[in-house]
Amino acid sequence: MADRTYRAAPADALRVEPLGELTAIFDRRSMQTHLVVSPMPEILDAMGAEACNATGLAARLAAAFDLDATEDAQPILAERLRELAAMGLVERA
Amino acid sequence: MSAVRSFVDLLAGRRDPAALTSRDWDGVIGVARSEAMLATLAHRIAGAALPPTVAALFADQRAAAKVAQAQALWEAEMARRALAPAGIEFVLLKGAAYAAADMSCAAGRQIGDLDILVLAPDIRRAENLLLTAGWEWVKSDPYDDAYYRQHMHELPPMIHKARDRMIDVHHTILPRTHRITPDALALVGDAVTSGAGFAVLNPADMACHCAAHMLADGDLQGGLRNLWDFHTMTRDFAAADPGYWGQLDGRAVLHGLQGAVHRAARLSRDLYGVALPSGWDRQDPSDACFRRRLFARDDWGRVTEPALEQAFYIRSHWLRMPPAMLAKHLWTKWRKR
Amino acid sequence: MRHSTRIAVGPVQFRIGSDWAEPIAALEHLYAGYPQDDTRPAEATVRLFAARPWRRWLRPSVHIGGDFVVPDALPLPLSMGLLAAEMGMNLQVALGWRRHMLLHASAVAQGGRALIMSGESGSGKSTLAALLGEKEGGGDWRLMGDEFTLIDPAGGDAFAFPRAVSLKNEAIAEVAARVDPSRLGPLLAATPKGDIRHLIPRADAIAAMHEPARPALLLFPRFGGEVAVEPMGEGEAFVRLTEASTNYVALGEAGFAALTRLVRETPAFTISYPDSAAGIALVEQIWAEAAK
Repeated sequence: MADRTYRAAPADALRVEPLGELTAIFDRRSMQTHLVVSPMPEILDAMGAEACNATGLAARLAAAFDLDATEDAQPILAERLRELAAMGLVERA
Repeated sequence: MSAVRSFVDLLAGRRDPAALTSRDWDGVIGVARSEAMLATLAHRIAGAALPPTVAALFADQRAAAKVAQAQALWEAEMARRALAPAGIEFVLLKGAAYAAADMSCAAGRQIGDLDILVLAPDIRRAENLLLTAGWEWVKSDPYDDAYYRQHMHELPPMIHKARDRMIDVHHTILPRTHRITPDALALVGDAVTSGAGFAVLNPADMACHCAAHMLADGDLQGGLRNLWDFHTMTRDFAAADPGYWGQLDGRAVLHGLQGAVHRAARLSRDLYGVALPSGWDRQDPSDACFRRRLFARDDWGRVTEPALEQAFYIRSHWLRMPPAMLAKHLWTKWRKR
Repeated sequence: MRHSTRIAVGPVQFRIGSDWAEPIAALEHLYAGYPQDDTRPAEATVRLFAARPWRRWLRPSVHIGGDFVVPDALPLPLSMGLLAAEMGMNLQVALGWRRHMLLHASAVAQGGRALIMSGESGSGKSTLAALLGEKEGGGDWRLMGDEFTLIDPAGGDAFAFPRAVSLKNEAIAEVAARVDPSRLGPLLAATPKGDIRHLIPRADAIAAMHEPARPALLLFPRFGGEVAVEPMGEGEAFVRLTEASTNYVALGEAGFAALTRLVRETPAFTISYPDSAAGIALVEQIWAEAAK
């Protein structure tokens, strides 16, 4: 499957509140609450304002968390991006 | 004075809210809730001197309507994300369109399902894309499903499985079986872009659709609200463009909706007190029956005159279907009771 | 409508209309001690009506209507008119009220601090709240409500909704043994929800119904099994309370902010208990040890 490029919601659209093991994200555009677990908040953080695909995201996360970028991260991140898109938190660029 | 007349007078600005008694408010609030227009009233008389508990209730209603409207517009955004990558464009209809265009009738207006209009050749692809994006069929029986596909102007309703919101995808604005067949290509082709970036019908077509929805298609359920939409939009469009009433007449003729549009204009004059230009400002004895139906609510918010309500229900189907088909349809519906 | 009455519970003024005199008389008995303000317009309307005129007399069955209706709700026999009224009132609040975040939860308060108990019906939340509100020699606990607890989105305080308590099945005898019989409504036997009898809250609880209380403890009770206490994380409490709220979604960001604050500032536990006595003891122990 093609490695699609996505753009995250603008930062001021979201209100992010960590609640123990869960993170509650309120989207001011949709008025919806999303309850997510790691790595969703980290993905949104790493995306920032720039559009990126799963490969680019893997590199950014590896840099941010000081990990080695591995090949198997890409399909997992592509799946997470699809889930975030279904919630409306990221959008195809 | 009956509660429904007080309510209409408040909307029209003919009645001073400060003159209402506590018992008047009971009825007005009950009727406004029954018409799904409490937040509309709350906006309309926001600046008035109100009893403190009414003012507080109205403030709640305005805040809640703002949230509900954002949620409704988000459905339009998610439909855009599902359809735009495949090059399918759509026109927003009804409540969501009024909100996207920031029209005055949108203030406090309740928005139910998302209604969108796509070109007929795109409708199968639109259906598939929406199904892929998380919408699913509302479970219905095979008769209803076949009925929709053969005769209606929209796909059977779909609901989003995560957000629990309905979408109605139309390819024209009246059923295929209706005696009037509006020009769907012109509706889409002449659509305009709203402030929120969505396509909406142009001002004349929007009023045509509003009248069609209220008088040619519907059984006058929610009639006071639809008429309020019609009244405020024609008033505002005409204020912005002196040629508006003429354009509206032209488009109404194009779509075969002149009767419905003119009646809607007369009813909005009769209820909400707008002045109509010459050529529109007529009297029609048959309007009386429509006015009676619009006012058929008692002080407890109940529909009075159930026989009249039933008559309008059958009339709406009469308009939509040839008589033989109507008989078959009602027979199938009644057997299922 | 032929018969009607007005009732104020917490911040909500109801008007209730009926085709029959009996449900109105029963309501007026239960709510006789509540503050009356006839000059105040009603925010919510409930209608108890016969579907056909002759059904007022012939096998009379009460349909529940109002500003909001459940499309396919079954009617109740006239002998259960009080239950129909209660269901109608609950429905209007659950679907129509927007000023507060509504939690489907019981609550009691002490010293301006609230204990909020959320759970399915059958969890015992109503019975626990009723029994705490009636505690022998106490008078410590103020009953805030057995069905709804209202959270002010701006300040985070809990507000009471002390309707007549709806006692069910075994709880009826348990509470009846402790209160003056004049505070009990008629026994409604074998309703769709089991046996029901209403309890009029204590006069001081009614008098204090507009006083806010600071949420201090959240409990999620479960009736049955050994005594057990399990702390609940903020995330789980958040999820459980969104499910227990009838208007969380409708409040938008105000609801999100209120609920986030509530679960962060209020310790939360699930509890199990085998019987009411053990339940009361457990609740009071946790209140003493953990309440904020």
